[in-house]
Amino acid sequence: MNTKIENKLTPVRIIAFIFVALWLVIAMFPFIWTLWGSFKVQADFFSKADWSNAIFGFHTEKQTGGFFTMDGYYGSWIEEEFWRAVINTSIVVFFTVLISLTFGTLGGYALARSTYRYAFWILMAGLIFRAMPHMTLISGYLQPFFAWNVWGILPTTIIVLVAINQPFTLWMLHSFFLNIPKDLDESAMCDGCNRFQAFRYVIIPIMWPGVITTGLFSFLLAYNDFTVTSMLLSDENETMIPAIASFLGTVQEEGKVMYAVAAVVSATAPLFFFVLFFQRQIVSGLTAGAVKG
Amino acid sequence: MKHSTFLLFSLPSLSVMFLFIAIPIVSVFIQSLHIEHKQVIIVTENCDPFGCETTTAVDTEASAKLKEKAPLGKFNGFKTYSNRMHFAFDEVGEAWKSSDSFTVFTKKLYNYPLYRALSFTLTYTFVVTPFVLFLGFLVAVGVNNLPKMFKGPTIFASLLPMIVTPLVGSLILFWMVDGDGVIGATLQKIFNDNSLSLKASPVLTWIMLMVYGIWHLMPFSFIVFYAGLQTVPQETIEAATIDGASKFQRIRHVVIPHLMPLAIFITLILLMDNFRVFEPIIGFRAEAHATSISWLIWNHLRESAYPLYNAAGATSMVTIFGVAILLLPVLIRTWRDFKEKNKG
Repeated sequence: MNTKIENKLTPVRIIAFIFVALWLVIAMFPFIWTLWGSFKVQADFFSKADWSNAIFGFHTEKQTGGFFTMDGYYGSWIEEEFWRAVINTSIVVFFTVLISLTFGTLGGYALARSTYRYAFWILMAGLIFRAMPHMTLISGYLQPFFAWNVWGILPTTIIVLVAINQPFTLWMLHSFFLNIPKDLDESAMCDGCNRFQAFRYVIIPIMWPGVITTGLFSFLLAYNDFTVTSMLLSDENETMIPAIASFLGTVQEEGKVMYAVAAVVSATAPLFFFVLFFQRQIVSGLTAGAVKG
Repeated sequence: MKHSTFLLFSLPSLSVMFLFIAIPIVSVFIQSLHIEHKQVIIVTENCDPFGCETTTAVDTEASAKLKEKAPLGKFNGFKTYSNRMHFAFDEVGEAWKSSDSFTVFTKKLYNYPLYRALSFTLTYTFVVTPFVLFLGFLVAVGVNNLPKMFKGPTIFASLLPMIVTPLVGSLILFWMVDGDGVIGATLQKIFNDNSLSLKASPVLTWIMLMVYGIWHLMPFSFIVFYAGLQTVPQETIEAATIDGASKFQRIRHVVIPHLMPLAIFITLILLMDNFRVFEPIIGFRAEAHATSISWLIWNHLRESAYPLYNAAGATSMVTIFGVAILLLPVLIRTWRDFKEKNKG
């Protein structure tokens, strides 16, 4: 009987369906279009005469002989050495997530278990730091980094990204640890453990769901960052996003736009699989912060 | 937890935030109060039989010495804040006196970079935020009314615009609305105007950026609202139905009050994120018609041969001040909650 009610077509349901379907098209179409178009030549993807060229690849067939072309990918990955940027991104993202989580877990645990007033003030400071537009901090970094000669290298960027990431990580893990009953580690301490042993043997084995969820968001921040990486990395250490931005400067010549399109698709593909595998964790992470305020 | 253990646990986290967030803010402020040294210039007069000629040259040695003595530059007080790159007090006063109507005055104000950036940033923030809230709520209610099988794919597809890198997302849309792109070319055909370009007109550029902002952030409010809808107490809904409440009345009087705390949370996050809008302006190459405060700082640091540290610092301080004003209501509220909790 339940299914009958669920499948009944009411006007409200039809409107809801149309509305949701419309949103899905708006959300997905740009990605599908660009993915498809990245295997075409510029004359097709940017076809003023007829947009269907981009679908059927009229010029692509004429220019390359095939229905699809990998020219854009070859140009960006090999000629423009986009693979370097991919390696740099992997290094930056890996270490940023690792260090953020280590620092954040320790700090978040301490904040969740402390009953003193300063814990509240630290969380408040974290909230204010979270609101700082990243660009305002950048102008404070440049002069000292130039003076100490640490500008342009990956470790500097990693530590800056860790710092920028820290307020969010702290908040998230703090509210996660609040949900783990205090009695758990306190009973361990009664049995003769000190705080570190209680953390090591009681908390660490059960903290992974929260840590993974937080890690996903740290990953996104490091992967998507443009502000910090574009200002703090030298050309040879560039990560993917600033590399794409610098493509844009040179794409005016015929054919080069497709390099940027291919690079953009290359940078989006990992995120696609990221959502595919971690959808549930991302949703729970988004709502966890919200429900607990 | 003892103070010493607390310190040991939180030291790495706190020190990294202190070193790379708190100190930079202070240093940005100090930076904004100084101005670069003027180059030391030597004027030499060379006389030869044909006459005398003065040449000027930069004394690099003396300039370097000056820089070494005071690396921050010359103390300038708040003059950077009042110059024409920022609040332009003198020029604005002049404009106020010479304009006969308010529209003329705002037009003149728009010539100064900071006011121009502020006007876009604030418009963007206060247009995108309500739209995102409202549309996200509608989609959440819509999905909630559909059979369960639609839920997973909808959430999957919705997450993409939000999770994609802002620069990449704006580029994807930019290529589509380009004069030769699929949307741009189609619009040209519909309006039968080959010169129609979303990039050329300031109004269309603003609309384009805001549409991007809504596209990018709506999934966030949709997902949070959708999760909230799952927790609406069913008994209350049933009771309201029995009392004869229509669907709309149920939403208005049961669901919306239940979701209010979530709406406040989303608004807070959206305000913070929209205020720092930056990447879309690069992606859409919109700086001719729309600049944001973050873009302005970037421009100070990047565009000229020498980074304008003082200008970037002053703009950053203005931004931080703006964020503080945005956050003030929330902070006051949290402080009140905290005090009440401690009392009870």
